[in-house]
Amino acid sequence: MKRNNSLMNRLLMLLVFLFLYAPIFLLIIFSFNAGNSNMIWKGFSLDWYAKLFHNRLIMESVYTTLLVSLLATVIATIAGTFASIGFYAMRRRIRTPLMTVNNIPMMNADIVTGVSMCLLFVAFFNGWENFSVWFNSLGLFQLPTRLTMGFGTLLIAHITFNIPYVILAIGPKLRQMDKHLVDAAMDLGCTWMQAFRKVILPEIKPGIVSGALTAFTMSIDDFVISYFTAGSGSSTLAMTIYGMTKKRVTPEINAISTLLFVTVLLLLAVINIREARQERAALRRK
Amino acid sequence: MSRELIRLRDVCMAFDDELVLDHLNLYFNDKEFLTLLGPSGCGKTTTLRIIGGFATPTSGDVLFDGVRINDVPPYKRQINTVFQKYALFPHLNVFENIAFGLRMQKRPDPKDPTGKKMVKIPEDEIRERVMEMLEVVSLKGFEHRKPDALSGGQQQRVAIARALVNKPKVLLLDEPLAALDLKLRKDMQIELKRIQQQVGITFIYVTHDQEEALTMSDTIVVMDKGSIQQIGTPEDIYNEPKNAFVADFIGESNIIDGIMLQDKLVQMYGKTFPCLDGGFAPNEPVDVVIRPEDIDIVPVEQGQLIGTVTTVTFKGMQYDIIVDFKGFKWLIQTTDHCPEGSRIGIKIDPDGIHIMKKSQYSGMFGDYSSFSEEYDELDDASLSLDEEESGDEA
Repeated sequence: MKRNNSLMNRLLMLLVFLFLYAPIFLLIIFSFNAGNSNMIWKGFSLDWYAKLFHNRLIMESVYTTLLVSLLATVIATIAGTFASIGFYAMRRRIRTPLMTVNNIPMMNADIVTGVSMCLLFVAFFNGWENFSVWFNSLGLFQLPTRLTMGFGTLLIAHITFNIPYVILAIGPKLRQMDKHLVDAAMDLGCTWMQAFRKVILPEIKPGIVSGALTAFTMSIDDFVISYFTAGSGSSTLAMTIYGMTKKRVTPEINAISTLLFVTVLLLLAVINIREARQERAALRRK
Repeated sequence: MSRELIRLRDVCMAFDDELVLDHLNLYFNDKEFLTLLGPSGCGKTTTLRIIGGFATPTSGDVLFDGVRINDVPPYKRQINTVFQKYALFPHLNVFENIAFGLRMQKRPDPKDPTGKKMVKIPEDEIRERVMEMLEVVSLKGFEHRKPDALSGGQQQRVAIARALVNKPKVLLLDEPLAALDLKLRKDMQIELKRIQQQVGITFIYVTHDQEEALTMSDTIVVMDKGSIQQIGTPEDIYNEPKNAFVADFIGESNIIDGIMLQDKLVQMYGKTFPCLDGGFAPNEPVDVVIRPEDIDIVPVEQGQLIGTVTTVTFKGMQYDIIVDFKGFKWLIQTTDHCPEGSRIGIKIDPDGIHIMKKSQYSGMFGDYSSFSEEYDELDDASLSLDEEESGDEA
């Protein structure tokens, strides 16, 4: 009876995983299809992958995605690191509500974040137009009057949604740190900045790296917020894929999606392995 | 006595309208071992942080060698600190931990005639001084270990070496032995005193452990509720406590209501006892302190007072017995065995009686009705430490 039960359990689990991953497996398998169908298998080939690298539209959006993700990660990591130190120094009564505010954007529906940022940019550009027309009439020097959404707004949006993840990753590291370490460093002749560099940074480095990796993954991965903030000028990979599906789903899309899936999977694996290792190290220290 | 080094003048400290230090006036002499002693939340750690430069007083002045240093940051003070949980840098080994302060230092270049050019301390001098320090704290051969590969006592020594290697004029120690077990704590008390005499600088030591304070200090400052209760040598504080709080906090005390009939004559329980104190108004109500070891047990017919033994605890060297005198319970330490329930007489020599003026603490301490509970509290010393920490943060 018991054996039977565990067999049932396993079967059920298999079904669940099949249900979850079957679409992705299908997508990956057909990315290696020799024919251009997503239903009829015509033999193995890497043609679609080769074709990818000759598609300028895709290559450009890969470049945009990598650039925006890298820049957003670097900026968000620096900003998030200092922000978490600020949070850490706050009194609990102020910190707790502010941390909740910090966490809301992560829970918030992407579409709401995307639309609201889009509205904000448009409103700002309108205001800017009025201001620059007035300023140019002064005749000092000429400001551009028309701003449009593009790489700049895309980057700002990515930085914005990345910062909370960085703060979330660094916070625990700071709280684990002996709170007298900074005092000790300053006692031994460090200014605050020196203490930060020589003592805090080495202590919270694992948190910073985890935060940066998470931020990078989120950036690579994002579609909805990018869609509303990139304007017509630039396009991320996810946006390009979406654009291509409007015509017809070719195995080329399978191929690029497979690559995207593998990249994010690898990043997530790295993040998880690091976390497991740190937990073990923390246990050993105790 | 030696020269004054640090003075706190009318220092007040408030967190969120809560007064933590209440008009503190205190000076520290050069080369002395001074202990700030008090229960958690009495303001002793705050006082230390003000001297170290980690906290700025709400009002009042901090003077170092006669110069006001309220706004001087910690890294510019000739003061180093040994922190409560050592605060060793986990990513650096023992050598680098101790060398940390030296690597931060800059001093005038001896080769530069103008004396304006600042240079770092050369590597061979750093090595020499760190090694010398490792010897002082008996940790030679440990220089390549990481802090988490050291025992509590060893970490403690590294923390002391890390502070002392900078040749400060004052070393601040914030409950440095609190995390060690009893045996190690006793060894380190003697070790600390030896180090202080060897390097010959001022140690300002914060603790809530009265025994630690009595063992090591030249001067003890007893604090409670942000105010100084008494300043004196360990002998003064123990033998001549100023009020019921000090008497209770330092050692064990029976504190009884009395009336000072005249100089050298006090009345308790309606009976008169000769004593050595004077200078009170006739018939002034006073607190009478009698230490448990100063009470002699005598046959009932010879006793100045007669009471009933309610509890007997064997302590190895002596028995702690609780004796009921008309509802007020005394602690008496004796080598004689008195069975529970027996009636005994006691005799107190005049030099065993200490008279104190009435204070805000009168009536709060000195009754041993809740004897066992009090012992439980003593066992929970580490608990009260944590409380103080969370108090700091708030």
